Amino acid sequence: MPAGKSFFVLRGARHRARRHHLINALQQYGTLIALAVLVIFNLTFTPGFRSTLALYTNLIQVAPIVIVATGMTLVIATGGIDLSVGSLMAIAGALAPIVFQASVWPLNQQAVGTALAFVLPVLVAGLFGWCNGLLITTRRLQPIIATLVLFIAGRGIAQVLTDGGHIEINRPDFQYIALGRPWGVPLQVMLMLIVVLLSVGMVKFTTVGRYIVAIGGSRSAAWLAGVPVTTVTWFVYIISGCLAGMAGLIEIAIISSADPNRLGLNMELHAIAAVAVGGTPLTGGQARVLGTLLGAVFIQLISYTLLTHGVPYAAAQVVNAVLILAAVLLQQVKS
Amino acid sequence: MPTDLPSSDPSLKMVGIRLFRENVVLVVFLALTLLAAFRYEGFLGHHNVTEFLRYNARFGFIALGMTFVIITGGIDLSVGSVVALASVLAALCSPYGLLPTLVIPVLAGSLVGAINGSVVALAGVPSFIATLVSMMAARGVALILANDQSIPVDLQSTVITIGEANIFGWIPAPVILLILVYVCGWFVLNQAPIGRQVVAVGDDEAAARLMGVSVHGIKFWVYVASGGLAGWAGVLLAASTFSGLPTEGVGWELQVIAAVVIGGTLLTGGSGSVGGTLVGVLLLGLIFKILDFENGVGGYDLKAHWQSVIRGAFLLVVIVFQSRRAVKDR
Repeated sequence: MPAGKSFFVLRGARHRARRHHLINALQQYGTLIALAVLVIFNLTFTPGFRSTLALYTNLIQVAPIVIVATGMTLVIATGGIDLSVGSLMAIAGALAPIVFQASVWPLNQQAVGTALAFVLPVLVAGLFGWCNGLLITTRRLQPIIATLVLFIAGRGIAQVLTDGGHIEINRPDFQYIALGRPWGVPLQVMLMLIVVLLSVGMVKFTTVGRYIVAIGGSRSAAWLAGVPVTTVTWFVYIISGCLAGMAGLIEIAIISSADPNRLGLNMELHAIAAVAVGGTPLTGGQARVLGTLLGAVFIQLISYTLLTHGVPYAAAQVVNAVLILAAVLLQQVKS
Repeated sequence: MPTDLPSSDPSLKMVGIRLFRENVVLVVFLALTLLAAFRYEGFLGHHNVTEFLRYNARFGFIALGMTFVIITGGIDLSVGSVVALASVLAALCSPYGLLPTLVIPVLAGSLVGAINGSVVALAGVPSFIATLVSMMAARGVALILANDQSIPVDLQSTVITIGEANIFGWIPAPVILLILVYVCGWFVLNQAPIGRQVVAVGDDEAAARLMGVSVHGIKFWVYVASGGLAGWAGVLLAASTFSGLPTEGVGWELQVIAAVVIGGTLLTGGSGSVGGTLVGVLLLGLIFKILDFENGVGGYDLKAHWQSVIRGAFLLVVIVFQSRRAVKDR
């Protein structure tokens, strides 16, 4: 490097390093900081926020979204996307009452019916996730178009199951999943935390987690390195399907009805927004599950804040959109 | 040595097979039309055909813009919300004359497109999330402008006349415009240098940049075009439903994407067909029409929800078929 220029190069480098550190810090902790700011704002200005009711209300509303978004994080980490989650929620939600109402086969014990009503819909949703995986791995279809098929058809399948209408649910042992409060904490919140913890553990401490991130980083490099790309890719779509099924069960339990027309509507968008705000790049290569949790809570809290301060739904949509964009732009900034 | 060729003129048969394989979608469309004409009384009736074309013209406009966006390797999820926003604006402007009613919604759509384009081209945000965001925002703005209700279009407004008009007594005016726009689109994509640049950007962005193509510019303008065309579709919607509905257009973006994909444009970008998109739009519209007829006139009573399943299954068949072709060509 020519000696005469070295002074300016060094000075510029230090400035760039400082900016680099700042932007890096923002990217790593931006969602957390924003969330903290929002919480403080609400604690100060929103009446009634400083209560378990407000806390639980928000956590209960965000739980299904986090569960779905966790699966979405894993899918996006491999460089893919899953648009079918909302429809899979609807299918699972439509299937559950059919199972425990024993309209399909005679079940002599209520407990068996309820247990099956938990297990079968999740398995079926996972099966549809397997179908997504099949299209994406064996047919080499783009995830967006492959999952678009179930996005379109899945809701129709759910509607066929309920013959177009909705099914009222009045089954306390099933609805415990959403209405129960073991040790005072809503069960779905506990489920949400378990799902998040297991996923974080998987990503950080298991080989599968490493494989997922590797595939998203560079599919061909992972392939050459011996990563079982097909199996792992298939796996994340199955997981995404199962988690969507679980979220569907929680939803129908809490609203006491299975309406395939509305269940899981727009859930894929909420999930993708949570993932984006949480810092996982849409191109894959990273799986920031905790970030997704924070992102979902952040978006939920924004809606809550705006709602409790009287902002109409439409304006809240615009604000939401701008904030998501800001979060994504922050991720894009290269120092 | 070609010992396995048929004894009759081999080249004609092979040309025929090749033509079929390259134009499967068109063949399917024609075949389905013929089948429907036989099955349903009056399927090809004058009123039926004109109203079918008039209705699907709006999707056609959006699909053209979407084709260019997808060829650059992007996607535009905001078109549905832009349609809603444009229809609300058209309804709001309708008492003030024809020009504002036509121009302002298209400008608004182009503005949304410009925002999309800036975010995608300049900030480098993936188009999926960028247009997802503008989809939410545009819907919100539409709801705000319409105050959460549907705005009636001034029934005296000329825009309704244009929407309902039939040139030469039978071709709906929007369809004439659609054909004109598609011819322009075909020309731009296939004959004009800018069309080549669009394909280059979608095929290999880095290589295009090295070749001197203004990648940012191309990406910006395709989103502007997509938004503007969606705005125009919103005007048509308002003209035909006599109201600006802020809740309309939901799901339109995915329908249009499906039409574009069915038409042969690859979602990965770098390859696409304007004519194919038109056939794709018509084919999807035809399927709906057939389902409608089957419901009313045919033997089966197909409930509305079966339609989603059929649409999904159809999309599945098309994309699997296309993937097999793509694998073979590789």
